[in-house]
Formats: sequence, C-alpha cells, structure tokens
Amino acid sequence: MTAPFSWIRPEPWGIHIAPADVWIDPARAVPKALVTHGHADHARGGHGETIATPATLAIMKLRYATSDGAVPVEYGESIGLGGGVTATFLPAGHVLGSAQILLEHAGERVIITGDYKRAPDPTCAPFAVTPCDIFITEATFGLPVFTHPPIEEEIGKLLAARAANPDSAILVGAYALGKAQRVIAELRAAGHSDAIWLHGAMEKLCRLYEEHGIALGDLKLVSDAGKDDLRGAIVIAPPAALNDRWSRRLPNPVTAMASGWMRVRGRARQRGVELPLVISDHADWNELTRTIADVNPQETWITHGREEALLRWCDLSQRRARALALVGYEDEDD
Amino acid sequence: MEEFAALLDALVYTTSRNRKLALIADYLRAAPDPDRGWAMAALTESLDFPAVKSSTIKALMMERVDPLLWQLSRDFVGDTAETASLLWPEPQDAAPQPPASLSDVVAQLSALTRASAPTQLAQLFDRLDAKGRFAVIKLATGGMRIGVSARLAKTGFAQAFGVNVEEVEEYWHALTPPYADLFAWAAQGGPAPDLAGKPRFRPFMLAHPLEEGSVDLADYAAEWKWDGIRVQMVRAGDETRIYSRSGDDISATFPEFLTRLPFEAVLDGELLVRGSAQGGETGGAASFNALQQRLGRKNVSAKLLRDYPAFVRLYDVLLADGRDWRAHPWKLRRATLEALMPRLPASHFDLSALVEAPDFASLAAIRETARDEAIEGLMLKHRESPYVAGRKAALWYKWKRDPLLVDCVLMYAQRGSGKRSSFYSDYTFGCWTGDPEAGGELLPVGKAYSGFTDAELKELDRHVRQHTIARFGPVREVERRLVFEVAFDSVHTSKRHKSGLAMRFPRIHRIRWDKPAHEADRIASLRALIKD
Repeated sequence: MTAPFSWIRPEPWGIHIAPADVWIDPARAVPKALVTHGHADHARGGHGETIATPATLAIMKLRYATSDGAVPVEYGESIGLGGGVTATFLPAGHVLGSAQILLEHAGERVIITGDYKRAPDPTCAPFAVTPCDIFITEATFGLPVFTHPPIEEEIGKLLAARAANPDSAILVGAYALGKAQRVIAELRAAGHSDAIWLHGAMEKLCRLYEEHGIALGDLKLVSDAGKDDLRGAIVIAPPAALNDRWSRRLPNPVTAMASGWMRVRGRARQRGVELPLVISDHADWNELTRTIADVNPQETWITHGREEALLRWCDLSQRRARALALVGYEDEDD
Repeated sequence: MEEFAALLDALVYTTSRNRKLALIADYLRAAPDPDRGWAMAALTESLDFPAVKSSTIKALMMERVDPLLWQLSRDFVGDTAETASLLWPEPQDAAPQPPASLSDVVAQLSALTRASAPTQLAQLFDRLDAKGRFAVIKLATGGMRIGVSARLAKTGFAQAFGVNVEEVEEYWHALTPPYADLFAWAAQGGPAPDLAGKPRFRPFMLAHPLEEGSVDLADYAAEWKWDGIRVQMVRAGDETRIYSRSGDDISATFPEFLTRLPFEAVLDGELLVRGSAQGGETGGAASFNALQQRLGRKNVSAKLLRDYPAFVRLYDVLLADGRDWRAHPWKLRRATLEALMPRLPASHFDLSALVEAPDFASLAAIRETARDEAIEGLMLKHRESPYVAGRKAALWYKWKRDPLLVDCVLMYAQRGSGKRSSFYSDYTFGCWTGDPEAGGELLPVGKAYSGFTDAELKELDRHVRQHTIARFGPVREVERRLVFEVAFDSVHTSKRHKSGLAMRFPRIHRIRWDKPAHEADRIASLRALIKD
C-alpha cells in the first residue's frame, strides 16, 4: 500500500501523474500531456500526445498549426490513462474549451482546476462544482482586494466612455483568447450592435469562437478602416498593442483595459490606462474562497498566483492547504 | 463629496497634463464655496488633521481584517488608503446616506480627536463606496500621490478663472484654506487679496540641466552650485521669514535669521552650515550632511545652533527697499546685490562668488575640480535674464558634475508605491567588507528606486520573486547575485546603515546582469570618496 496521493506529484514545470506517466499543463514538451485550456502558459506545443477538450485542441491547432497526437475528450467524458488512472474533463468557466480535470486512482479523487471563474460568461460553459479529496486551485487574484464587479457595470462604463467621446476611438486592451470574445459578447448583450474593430491578432480566434456557435456580430479589422471609421468606435486589441506604435493610427484614443488587475490603481497607471475595466476570466477572492467551501475537499493545493493569502484564508477557516511552487504561469494581462 | 471623489479618481487615471488641468478647472468652476477651496487645499497638500494618521487607518482595518491578509494586500497595492478603501467591509444594511459635502467632511475631520477618530471614521466610511473612502482617507492622511503637484493644481486654478498662475503663487503662501479671498478675487472678480506689510513667498526661478553643448561666457555668468538648500529670505515690515524651495515656511527651524535682515527685502540664496568641506577654507561651507542635522527640527537647541551655525550664501535679489528688481536683467540684480552686502551682517550672509573663466573649455576644467571641492557643480545664468518663476528655456542652466559610480550587490527589495506599486522596485544594495572569497561580507550602503526603465522594472521584479531567500514583513531578502552600477552625487558618514555610509541621490545607473557579485566594490573604496 503506497502513501495516499503519492501518485500525483507537483514538479516545478507541471503536475506529474506517475502511474500513467502523464503531465498536466507541462511547461515543457512531454510524451503525454493533459491540457486544461488554450492559453499559452498552459498549452504548449510539441507534446507526443495531447489530451484536451475539442475546443482547446482547436485553439492549439490554430496557434501551433499542428494537431499531431490530439486526443479529444468531451466535458463529462472519462478517459483511461493507463496505470489505473482515469481522467474526466469538467467545465471550468474560464474560456472556450477550458476544463478542470478530475483524476481518479485507487479510490482517490483529485481535481486540477487550471484557471477558472464562477461569474457567468456567455462564451463558455459554467464551472461545475464537483466533490473531490484534493482540490488543486489557481490563485491569480488570491488577495481580498480583488473583487470583480458584475460585468454589466464595467460594460456600462465602456459604453458611457464611448458616448462621452464621440470623436475618439475607445481602445480596449483584452487578451486575444477569451477576454476579447467575452467583452464583445457582453457588448452585444448590452445592445451595442455597431461594428467592433479588431486588431489583426484577434481575428482568427474570433472566427474560431463563431465556429463554436458564439455569435459576435459585426466585426471589422482596424487595418481595413479609414481614419474616420474609428471615431466613436470600440476597438479591441491585445494589451501589448495599447502603448505600441500600432495604436497611433487611432483617432484620439481613450485607452481602456479589461483586466482583473485594473482593480488596483497602480496597475492601471503603470500601463497608462485611462479607463480601467475590472473584467477578469479568473476567480476573484470571493469566488476562490467560495469555491473551496463549495467543493469542500480534504485538502487544497494552490498552484500559482498570490498563494500566501489564500493559504492564510484556508488556515483561518481550518482547512488543510499547501502551496505548490509551479513556475511559468504568469498572468500579467488577465 | 462625490464630485471630489470622482475628481481624484479621474486624476489618477489621466496621464495627459492638459487633461488633468481641464479636470481640475472644470471641478473648480462647478463646485461651490467653500468646497472648492478645501479641494485646492487637499490637492496642494495644505491640510493637516493631526488626529488621523496612516496608523489610525491601519488600526481601524486591523479590527476588521486579518492582519496577515491586510499586510499582504497593502504590500501588493502599495497604498494604505487604497487598500483600506478596497478592504473596508461594505455595510449590510440598507443604502446609506452619503455625506453631504466636502466641507462637511473637512469639518468632521477637523473635529476629530485621537479618541473619537476610530468610531467617527468608521461611521464615515460606512456611508461611502470604495471611491469615496479612498478620497476621505487621502484627504485625512495627506500624501495624495495621485500625480498632481501643487503647481499643477494652482495652474488648474489659474486656468479655471483666467488669472495668472504666478500671481496665484504670490498670494498662495500668505493665505490659508479654504482661500476665500483667493476665490473671491479669481472667481468673482473681487479685489486682489491684501498682503501689504506681510511677508510672502515668491516662486523661485529654476534652472534646466545643461545636458550637452556649451554656452558663450560672454552671455552667461558662472557661479558654484552649492550643496545646501535653496531658500528665500523675506522681510516685510518687522517680520522676517525663511521659505524653502516649495514655499514652506521654515523660519522656526532657523530662528537665528529672524532678527538679522536689517531692511525690507526678498533675497534668494543657499542655506549652508559653516565648515570647510565645500570648497575648502575659502568655500567656508560644511557638507550637506552637516546641514541635515539642522533640517526638519521644530525645537532648536542652543547646542545645535553652536555646533551647526547656519548662514545664507546669496545668489539673487528680488525685492529690496521697496523696489521690485525681478524684471531687470541678472547683471543689474547682481550689482544691486553686491551693493547690498555691506548692509548685511557677515555672520549670517555672504555672497556667492562668480567663477571666472576665459572660455567654456576652461570652465569645464574648473567644473572637474568641483568633486574635490564637494560642490554639486556650476550654475550658468544668462546675464540678461529677468527673474522669472519656474524653469524657462535658455535663461539658467545647472551644470552638475558627473555622478560617482560604484558596483553594488542587491540585498533586499520592497514593493513600491504609486506608479510602481505591486512591483518590487525599492532596492537596498551593499558593498563587500573585504574579499568575499576570504570571508568578506556585504553590508548595506544605500537604497534606490529609480534609474531603470519600465521593462527593466519587470525583469527586476521577476528576479526578486525568483531569488527570494527570506521575508521580513514586506521586505524580501534576495540571493546575493545581482550587481547594480549605482550612480550617486556624494557619500557621507551616517548611522543609518551598518556600513556607516550614506549616499546622496543614489540611483540605478546600469543593471549588470553579466557581472559576478564577488566583483562588486568594497566598502573601503566607497569610504575613500567621503568629503565630510
């Protein structure tokens, strides 16, 4: 009889499942990987075999132009990994295709959340609370100062800024995968039916979302715009483009950024953001703590982010927890 | 109150100077009296509520938030007011009544005592949202750090009412919040504030750095840039005042001058302490380090006056004997000042000598000696320049000597505030006591938080997080492996660091990712540069 949970080992570059020799979101190429979602810090190319949801595989194919060894697994479907380990993919509510992975071995249940959120998102399936023994959670926004307001309020600010600046382009920095499409979908839900202008880096992923049944309305490329087309328009670009030469083509741009970090004034000022929009695809502090309480595991492991504060909360609520020192998951732009 | 909170919030997120000015001007035109006066006082940091300190806010939070969660949050956010505004538990009961006006809040804050502050502040916070709490805490504790200088606020005031900002500056330091006379004059076309017979501050004329190139000495006069503090000595009627560069009245710190100005005048000079560090015996001035013993004191002992006798080395004359010299060329003001010297007591005043050189190259050679003389460098003043407030192109230049450089090893890092918040941006670095191979240790010699680019800051932040070996509250101790080339103006003996040394104006000159830590400099080589 081996020690409980000795089959799952956190290493600095990923979580290793020894009996099946499988890695979760490894930061380097491995023979066999389970991938929670398509963001570049979790989904890297070059694995021998990649097991993920069909949408995540489609995103990876788009980004790495290869689909060798792709093994699609639907939400709720279980797959044997060998060595007596079974994996089940469950919705994580982070971006299209994002999954928590439930691993079962020798009667023990472990969930790896990848990145997740609990707030509603029209572009992906909602997080499924699932019982387990060990809950391995992210903690990107693991400080009590991080509370994300309802997205309708933030979309309201964006539309108000547009109304107040009819001669300006409202330039919104947003992650190309997930955030951009969510902001567009929420703008549509708020009744904004005008064309939304995209940076070129957004185009393929928006098309992929539409192919997966998420309607985004009238999208146009900034590179096709005449200068006056962009007056009073909402433009969406990756955060790196905000202060780049690219944005100089826009008429008197008002710089907005959709990110959970915008809750802190210093972070907005560091990026020269004039209109901070607190919109995140990660769980905020209340969601993180509520989720741990909802799942109510025997033990919580924290992969990346502000783990000290979440550890403290677990301690104060008399829950067992430990921090895993995983490297390479940086989410500066979310 | 809501309008003021919205103004602060908008200012935080606005980078363009013109948009900031427009925001301030719009607010000042729309807000009623005396709210707008209190707002000006807040923006210029002219308010003081002694019963509320940053520690008061922290204590309030400690009763409501776990101390470790508070500390981790404060450390990340980099601003106590903002952290508290975000972490304050939202009241559960029905929608609270927001406080009526900024003036009400100011009145409430003024009435607080140490004992009443906690409960009163808590009630106030319960009536506000996060934005409002941020504004109230900033107002109550001072130190706005919202990217608005007092000068910018006054410029916004001038823009709001179409008056001259220099005129505003002149009245400003003689008036007190909420500046009723100032608003009556600027906003309602009332008479100008009557300041006759009262001493008041005139804004300083400042210099641009001379980066490269040269000037023609036929047009420019040179004098030493003494290393003290710039002051303005003012006598009006029987009252004498000393103002610092920012216009603060520092008369109480230097009482020995208050009976020494025998006629009505406004004089510009450098406050120094007697000694021989700067320019040797003929220079007659001690190092800045000696002057520091006198700065910031409210009570000045007889011993302090005896050990660190201060004097003012005069640069310029603005007013004398009822005559305003500011519009006249420098050469005429200089002659006037020279003529005034015999009427001033030599015990407390002398004249900043001109540095004569036949041409610019010879002047450059003289400037090279400035380091040995422990002087900051040279000033170059256009002989025809009027005395005008602020920095005006091509009138005055400061030509500082090149900085000293030393290679130090990063030892500790702390997160910054304001624009640098949430990044490890404050670095303490050290030099070796001896050969590191033979047991030499690193001792801290200074701290710097500037000199690097935003991109470098991100790399440094990552370096700190990945090489942390210990934590002391908000401070991280890092592996001794990264070398900084540190630039500084001078080095002095100090009790602040264990090394017994303190640098002036240290900043990161270059990050030496390539240099092994053991090749950094020794304490002894830094000590050799002391000119105390």
